Amino acid sequence: MNRSDLLSVADLGREGIVEVLRLADSFAEVSERPVPKVPALRGRTVATVFFESSTRTRLSFEAAAKRLSADTMTFTAASSSVAKGESVRDTVETLDAMGVDAMVVRHSSAGTPAQVARWVRASVVNAGDGQHEHPTQALLDCFTLREALARRDGRPPGDDLAGVRIAIVGDVRHSRVARSGVLAYRALGATVVLVAPPTLLPPDTSSWGVTTSGDLDEVLPGVDVVYLLRLQAERIRECLLPSLHEYSARYALTAERERRLAPEVLVMHPGPMVRGVEIDSAVASSARSLVTRQVRNGVAVRMAVLFRLLAGAAADPVLVPSGRAGGEP
Amino acid sequence: MAERERHPARPTGRVPRPRGLVMDPDDVRRALVRIAHEVLERNHGADGIVVVGLLSGGVPLARRLVELVKEIDGADVPIGVLDVSFYRDDIALRPVRASGVTSIPVDLTGRVVVLVDDVLFTGRTVRAALDALADHGRARAVQLAVMVDRGHRELPIRPDYVGKNLPTRGDESVEVGASGVTIGEALPPGPGAFGR
Repeated sequence: MNRSDLLSVADLGREGIVEVLRLADSFAEVSERPVPKVPALRGRTVATVFFESSTRTRLSFEAAAKRLSADTMTFTAASSSVAKGESVRDTVETLDAMGVDAMVVRHSSAGTPAQVARWVRASVVNAGDGQHEHPTQALLDCFTLREALARRDGRPPGDDLAGVRIAIVGDVRHSRVARSGVLAYRALGATVVLVAPPTLLPPDTSSWGVTTSGDLDEVLPGVDVVYLLRLQAERIRECLLPSLHEYSARYALTAERERRLAPEVLVMHPGPMVRGVEIDSAVASSARSLVTRQVRNGVAVRMAVLFRLLAGAAADPVLVPSGRAGGEP
Repeated sequence: MAERERHPARPTGRVPRPRGLVMDPDDVRRALVRIAHEVLERNHGADGIVVVGLLSGGVPLARRLVELVKEIDGADVPIGVLDVSFYRDDIALRPVRASGVTSIPVDLTGRVVVLVDDVLFTGRTVRAALDALADHGRARAVQLAVMVDRGHRELPIRPDYVGKNLPTRGDESVEVGASGVTIGEALPPGPGAFGR
């Protein structure tokens, strides 16, 4: 079978990441046109299958599919037969039977998209599975960073992030964004330091190829990018923090900390932001903040991902006319 | 034309082997000079013209055409770059690579677009280009300039300006580069040639 999925950043490798970023350059141009639409996936159907709530990711994927001229179907658990007790398997098999070409799956349990991929014919994109991965977020963050660094240095965007020092700050333990991000940044040559209270770091990061720190103020002078994570209150079931206030005092990017940063240091956040907890409102809206670029670029990068998965997907040998060597069929 | 149209691409698994030089760099230059004159003659000057090169082979030719028009007429003609990957009719049939980013500097509405490509073959790239151009405005006219017309059209498309008409077999490959125009055979991949 020729089908391909995007379940983890590791599926892509460095080469795949670079290819997605280059494709996204083209789709960013498309997005800026008066009519931001190309016929590339006309006749294909993309379903967003979200068993967990989301605003930007689902809308971003739907916008991406529509700009590629694909048809879209939306599934949200709350308004579906899941509420009546239908299983994940029955749900996705039902969608598959309707003739969907790609399923964009989000679920609160790690590994659900991979499991869905074993059940359906459609290509599966992981749009966030529990505390595991969120590959398209990592890709759009790489794209945004590469764009911002190119603008900063006055050169065209390069392919890698070699030498870039990124601090990922906050609730790393519960963050799929951090897991996918580390894989992608490392693949592109960046160095990563995770900054969090020990209770919010994963139990073992020895295989991640990163350093860790518990002291944000010590880390800040040595980084190019501060990537803040949301404190995932809904996933924190134990007593991991003395109080939100104490967390903010030590790990939030406050206006006071922001003033101490060098002017070219960039600030990112995957959203949704909780202003006042991990980031001060003024910092989120400051000139160094890439938050709105991240959202904007999300559509172009997801266009690149969907296009890469679905274009050529029907490259079944029987469909390619034979005996026509010397050019396209 | 698009990279993957120039050579027999992966589904046939063949790689091109250059066989003979058809036009040397001087021939290509002379043909471009003639085309520049023809463009100016036919459009009564350079007013309202936009030159658009098709990625990737048409872009260097488009640049040279714009320079020649400037030398001859003194006019600065805007130049654009067009990637037709997302408009092709064979998207589902073969893997697609990003070949470059489209950049059309002006609204095409009311302008005369001179579309430039290196080799005209089946005509499918040009068909895709016409669709792509329509997304950048309603051009008054679109004219097509190619360095080589090798025949074997599959669509009712003809060029307005031709560097050279080159009769070919369908299984040959034609290359336009800095060293001129070469015609070659498409061979099954040998060792080391895989993934071309």
